Formats: sequence, C-alpha cells, structure tokens
Amino acid sequence: MTLVESAHPVVTRSRGRLVLRRLSRNRLAILGVLVIVILYLAAFTYTWYWPWSYQVSDPNAYLSPPTGTHVFGTDKDGFDMYAQVMRGLQKSLTIGLLVAVLSTGTAAIVGSVAGYFRGISDRALMWLVDLLLTLPNFLIIAIISPAFHGRTWLLFVLLLAAFSWMITARIVRGMTLSLKEQDYVRAARLMGVPPLRVITRHILPQMSSLLIADATINVGSAILTETSLSYFGFGVQPPDVSLGTLIAGGTTSAVTFPWLFFIPGGLLVLTVLAVNLVGDGLRDALDPNSARGRRREQRAFRRHLRSGR
Amino acid sequence: MITFLLRRLVNYVVLCVVVVFLTYLLASLTFDPISLLLHHDPPPPRSVINDKIHQLHLDQPIPQRFFEWFGGAIHGDFGNDVFGDPVNQQVWTRALTSLRLFGLGTLIGVVFGVLVGVVGAIRQYRVTDYVATFVSFVLIAMPVFVLGTLLKFAAIKINQVTGSDFLVFEGEVTPGFTGSFAADLGDRLRHLILPTLAIALGLVAYYSRYQRNAMLDVLGSDFLRTARAKGLRRRQALYRHGLRTALIPMATLFAYGFGTLIVGGPFTEHIFDWHGMGEWLITGINSQDANLTTTVTLFVAVCVLFSGLLADLAYAALDPRVRI
Repeated sequence: MTLVESAHPVVTRSRGRLVLRRLSRNRLAILGVLVIVILYLAAFTYTWYWPWSYQVSDPNAYLSPPTGTHVFGTDKDGFDMYAQVMRGLQKSLTIGLLVAVLSTGTAAIVGSVAGYFRGISDRALMWLVDLLLTLPNFLIIAIISPAFHGRTWLLFVLLLAAFSWMITARIVRGMTLSLKEQDYVRAARLMGVPPLRVITRHILPQMSSLLIADATINVGSAILTETSLSYFGFGVQPPDVSLGTLIAGGTTSAVTFPWLFFIPGGLLVLTVLAVNLVGDGLRDALDPNSARGRRREQRAFRRHLRSGR
Repeated sequence: MITFLLRRLVNYVVLCVVVVFLTYLLASLTFDPISLLLHHDPPPPRSVINDKIHQLHLDQPIPQRFFEWFGGAIHGDFGNDVFGDPVNQQVWTRALTSLRLFGLGTLIGVVFGVLVGVVGAIRQYRVTDYVATFVSFVLIAMPVFVLGTLLKFAAIKINQVTGSDFLVFEGEVTPGFTGSFAADLGDRLRHLILPTLAIALGLVAYYSRYQRNAMLDVLGSDFLRTARAKGLRRRQALYRHGLRTALIPMATLFAYGFGTLIVGGPFTEHIFDWHGMGEWLITGINSQDANLTTTVTLFVAVCVLFSGLLADLAYAALDPRVRI
C-alpha cells in the first residue's frame, strides 16, 4: 500500500458516470426525464389500458366536457379526447425524435467535412447553409407540402430533417476548425490516417457531448415545427392526428369548449418544456467548463465534507 | 468598413435572387392549380381549362415563366394570382400591415429581452432571476399558436370581468370606423396590443436567456473589475463596459431571431384576423398559386436579409475590432 493511497484514496470515475452524476444532481433535468418517460409510456401503451380508440366515436357524447367515461372530454364528432391526444403525442414524439437524430447527424457530417477540408467544399457548404437559413424551414416545407399529400408521414420527417440541420452544422464546423489543430489530430494525420477516418475516429467523438445536447434541443424545436405545420394542415394529414391538428381543431372554440384547446396545448408545452430542461441539463453536465455543473459539483462536495464529519 | 458592408450587401442580394428562383421552381413543381379547377362539380368544359392553362402560362417551361415573373418583379409588378387579379393590388397594404406588426413586436421584444436578461444576470439566483427564468422557459416551449390563442382567451375573460371591450382581437382596425386622425390612431393602436404581445413575449423569452448568459460571462471578466478599480461606479461599469460587450453576440442572434419571428407571422395574423403577408402565404399555398407564394417568399427573404445587414451594422457599431 502506497502512502498516497492510505492518506487520500483516489477514486477514478469514467466520464459516463461523471456525466450521469452531474445530471442526477440537476433536479429540473431529472423532472424533465421523468415527464418524458411518463408521456412516452402513456402515449405508446394507451391502447392497452384505455377503452376508447382514436378512430371510434361515442354516439352518446358529442362535445362532452371531461367526465368519468371521457376523462379529457370528447370533440364535436364524439371522439374521445384522451385517445386522440395520446395518438397525437405518439406522432409528435416519434417525429421529433427522428428529425432530431437525422438533422444532428447531417449537421455533424456537413460541419466536420466543411471544417476539416476547408477550401472549396467549405465555401460551397457554408454558402448552402446561408442559403437555407435565408428562408425559415416552415415556409419551404409548407410550399412543398402539396406534393406529399396522401403520402407516408416518413416523407414529412425527411423534409423536416433536411431543413433543420444548418445552425448545428455551423457550430460543428467551428469546433472542427479548432480541433483540427490539436496535436492528437495532427499526429493521426501525419501517420497517414485517411481524412474520413480522422473525422469519424478523432474529431466527431471529441464533440459528442455537444452533439448529444444539441440533438436533445433539436427534439424540442422539431416538435414545434411539426405541430406548427400540422396546425395549418401542411404536416400530418387526417385521418391521422398530431398535437398540431388537435390544437388547430380546438382553437376556434377555446372559450366555449376549453378542453379541446387547453388539453392538447398544455401537453405540447409540457412535452417541449421537459425536453428543453433535459437538453439544458445535459449541456451543463457534459461540458467540463460549465460553471453551473462545476458549481453543483462544488456544492455537493462541500455537503459531502460536512456530512462526513 | 464600407467595403465589408458592400460585400455583405452583394452577397445578400445574390442569396435573395437564388432563394426566390428556387422557391418559384419548387412551387411550380409541386403546385397544380388546374386540379382545383377539376374538383368543381360539374367539371368545367375542356376549353375553360385550356384557357386557364394558357392564362397561367402553364404551357411554358418553368424557367421562362420565372424570368417573365422576375422581370416584372424587379420593376415592382408581381404578376397575377390564379384568379387573374394582379398581386400588386394588395401587396403594399399587406406588407405594411405585417411590417407594422413585426417591427413593433421586434422592437419591444429586443428591448425587453435585453432588459430582462441583464436584470436576471445581475440578480443571479435571486427571486427575480428564478421567476424570469421559469417564465421564459415556459414561453420558449410555447408555440405562437398556443400563446396567441391563450392571449385571446385571456382578453375575452378580462373584457367579461371588467365589462368593457377595450381589448380587441379581430382585425387591425374596427370596420367602418370613422373619426379624427387621433381617434383612428388610437383605434389602430388598440388593435395592435394583443398581436404585438403574442410576437414580443416569445422574443423576450428567447433573447433574455441569451442575454443573461452573455452578461454572466462578462460579469466575471477582468476588464470589468479593472473598470471598477479605476473608480467607476457599479452602474457605470455595468452599462458602459459590461452591457456593451455582452450585446455583441446578441447582434448575430438578432439576425436569426427575425426568421423565427416571420414564422410566427402566419399564426399571429391567422389568430387575430389580420390581413398581412403571413395570412397571404397560407392563401397562396391553399390556392396553389406560384406567383403569390413567391411574392411572399421574396418579402420574407428581403426582411431576413435586411435584418442580417442591420445585425452586421450593429456588430460594427458595438465591436471596435470589426471597424477596420
């Protein structure tokens, strides 16, 4: 046994455990995770525990306010709002997650290629980014929307992803520029590792924390874009429902039949809020320089010292 | 400095033209105005359809159609919509209607966003900061169509409780309203309250988060301590040295923020029944109208790029390093 070990036992932790520990100390982020898990479970298993389906209407209850049989009330055609909202949540959550993964992936590829190779490919890709940023993605997808009427909603997912990677790509490019000059990347390059391998093995893993946090934030904005488009009928098409189409249906009667608007609207805000809280918490936990993460750590350390005595 | 701005300007104009061309291309490829005609019952005779195709130039190739439209657009003639009415009839009133809403919304949003952010940073971890943070998190998670409807709902309730009809939420002016200039202005301002609030609240939330972070970074910096050590008062040091530095990254954000704002346009105008550009875009897409849609796109692109240029200018004004 060495001296150091006996005096101060050194505990080494893997990075994953460290991040997890930092995250678990952020109460709001934990609350966000809990809300998302509950919403996911409630939305994807509602057919197992809920007697009503989103496609079957109840002829005895048109525009019924929330009651024992219909906890969230019914709409003007007698459809059970709980089933509708859960079905809409399924769609919105799935689309949000898929779009976030696809767009963050695209951003990672485009940004690192532009930053690593510089020159003509950099100029061309960044010009493309500028071009796509000139128009809000809502506008472009709304214009293309007549083309995918009656087609699969996966096409809608691809379009959403295709027009929402630009800002993350800019950030990735900036980070690649500085990572490229790091010694370990230079060493790999001088040893003759092919460029694409340098990017996938040495550069992208180094910014994985940024990508994870950004992907989470992108889930929130993807859900918002999806619901916005669906609100005007440019996104998810009937008979399928999304939170956006449900809110659009409830808007006109928000005063007379408030449950039609407030329930889907409240759920949408709750979902995006939870996702954003998790994203924020992840960013703090993953960033080694984050003052907030460190502050939490220090506070916990002091608490630990105090309780130890 | 001038050359820098000129280069940016040229770049913006090129982007604008390319964007408009691509939009026209996309719209012409996906829209099918004839299909709307075919849905009539009974279907119109063949000759009517052929006339319509000829009238809309659908028998010409897309590039030719685009250059014809673009040639007119440069001279301020935006062509006809699918019903044969000139787009010009409404374009200016609609643009002014939207700009009034967006301009006021942005102004209030930026000013209050910066203010709330700075106060949040200075009073970090106090009650004010926590309340501001909580409210902005909720507002960021809330799309315009929920916020707008909520405001409308609240206005109806407030009117009911107070027994007045001060808060109005339909249109931009009371139909048939006549009166002196001051009364007319007052009426218009009253109609502006709710939609402007719908736009500004989201912006305040969005900007204040960034401003708070930027200000916190600055608050811990050495140069601020130096300024205090030199004998400046806290307030002077904070506003003259601190805020000015913290505003620099906000200039870039402003350019992006305008894009999100424009997206809010269709929703705000739809909910509050304004006849602006946003509402027109929805009309254009629903009637499968390439000329109309591209005109609105041009308006959006010009707005976004103008705000980009404005951001460049603000950047140069705030950061002496840019002024070479």
